[in-house]
Amino acid sequence: MYSQGLIGAGSENKETPEFLAAFQARIDADEKIEPNDQMPAAYRKTLIRQIGQHAHSEIVGMLPEGNWITRAPTLRRKAALLAKVQDEGGHGLYLYSAAETLGVSRKEMTEELISGRAKYSSIFNYPTQTWADIGAIGWLVDGAAIMNQVPLCRCSYGPYARAMIRVCKEESFHQRQGYEIILTLAEGSEAQKDMAQDALNRWWWPSLMMFGPPDGESPNSDQSTLWKIKRFTNDELRQKFVDATVPQALRLGLSLPDEALKWNETQERYDYGEIDWDEFWNVVKGHGPLNKERVAARKKAWDEGAWVRDAAMAHAKKVSQLNITPIAAE
Amino acid sequence: MQKGLFSALLQLADDHLVLGHRLSEWCGHAPMLEEDLALPNIALDLIGQARSLYTYAGEIEGVGRDEDALAFCRIEREYQNLLICELPNGDFAQTILRQFYFSSFMLLFWEQAQNSSDATVAAVAGKAIKEAKYHRRHCGEWVIRLGDGTDESARRMQASCEILEPYLGELFNNSYGSLEISQSGVLPDRSLLQEPWLIDVMEVFQAANLNIPDLTHAHKGGREGRHTEAMGHLLAQLQYMQRSFPDMAW
Repeated sequence: MYSQGLIGAGSENKETPEFLAAFQARIDADEKIEPNDQMPAAYRKTLIRQIGQHAHSEIVGMLPEGNWITRAPTLRRKAALLAKVQDEGGHGLYLYSAAETLGVSRKEMTEELISGRAKYSSIFNYPTQTWADIGAIGWLVDGAAIMNQVPLCRCSYGPYARAMIRVCKEESFHQRQGYEIILTLAEGSEAQKDMAQDALNRWWWPSLMMFGPPDGESPNSDQSTLWKIKRFTNDELRQKFVDATVPQALRLGLSLPDEALKWNETQERYDYGEIDWDEFWNVVKGHGPLNKERVAARKKAWDEGAWVRDAAMAHAKKVSQLNITPIAAE
Repeated sequence: MQKGLFSALLQLADDHLVLGHRLSEWCGHAPMLEEDLALPNIALDLIGQARSLYTYAGEIEGVGRDEDALAFCRIEREYQNLLICELPNGDFAQTILRQFYFSSFMLLFWEQAQNSSDATVAAVAGKAIKEAKYHRRHCGEWVIRLGDGTDESARRMQASCEILEPYLGELFNNSYGSLEISQSGVLPDRSLLQEPWLIDVMEVFQAANLNIPDLTHAHKGGREGRHTEAMGHLLAQLQYMQRSFPDMAW
């Protein structure tokens, strides 16, 4: 476990007003907080929760896209999708590592996920029904993720900020790849255009929900802003996403499933309709189309893989006891 | 000669596509995150190799079939992959052991093929060697870990040896097409690779405490398009989009 031997992780800080003020002064001076630094317990807890949820989202996100690898329409698309899903797994790996610097193990985080206690991005509880959904996920879901994640490259916690720099570069590539899938469909046959429009209709609103509840109903926002974990509010990011994405959809000749959507000349932004927050909370609370299936799939992989992990540990132990060169397969 | 080369390239391409398809089924379902990355990565390499081989096969055939026409738009009896490639994954032990067998064989195959009298084959081999070397190492390490891990992993690994054993002989058969072109120095003679392959397998199996497979009773038929019952289901997924929406650009 990466956190072993960390000075700050195991010990309780005395959170005197002086300590808290000195910590806030470091944040205000845009200093990065590093794993060995003293930090308030609540700062640590907030980051463990957020980075853990982020890692879980990457891992659960492999499932809806993985659903199309064996059915991708061409070899080029198949190779790109495999590489993309593999990137998402890689993001999960860096993020779990970043969280481990705060004193939690990947195993503990995984157990939280498969027990259903940990949250992950609700968007992955919707099914990928057609090939166009793979385009829509890249374009809209990764597009929304980028809006959320680019500011995290400047987050006050060093390991998270640094992980996000690489993650954002790859997400930006995925977003363009997704858009290119939809572009190809939009320029294709009637059946392909219909497939693209249908995917946009189904993924648009859940994508807007990815930014979380409206400002004022977001319980962790204020403190996270003070700590510079969060740099923009949910509604600010949502608006940026709408403003960036609507022209992209129009350029494809697709329409957005929102009758209230219109350009606001004075504000220089798109106004959009009311989000169905009942649906949002319903999915967050575990009642979305595939919440149970997603967690069950991760649990199955973890449970059925236990004998493999045990064998790897047992073998490593034998090797270290014999003090022989590990694995002589080459 | 051209017909033989087309057929031999198609066989190799089918091996890589079908095995890549099977490996890709693990994506998101592997025993640990590292394998969720490694197995699709190997699949990606195999599919990349299949693409080069299909493209070249299409050029040799000369009737305008591209990589996708060959990969997606044939009937089951026209696929000529080795039966071992299409077998369902089984557990992690079975998947890893199959991949070790295949990659060990392909490493020997590509090492010879890089000296091919055909420049395109030599170029494909040159790139594939690096990938096959990594695949063989990764899977060989797992064969040892699992063979010499816990009682359960050893039992599962030995069971996988028994399941896969009848499918090994086919690796070393030269079909009509491939024998002809191996004689002209384009592709290696598969039968000559059996001995070095067994030496490689024995070395790993010794460290893994596994029994050496017996190649005497071999299933065959893949090269003639006589497949297992699993193949049609695999193709139903692979071909789903091309069959539902024929002649479209994606």
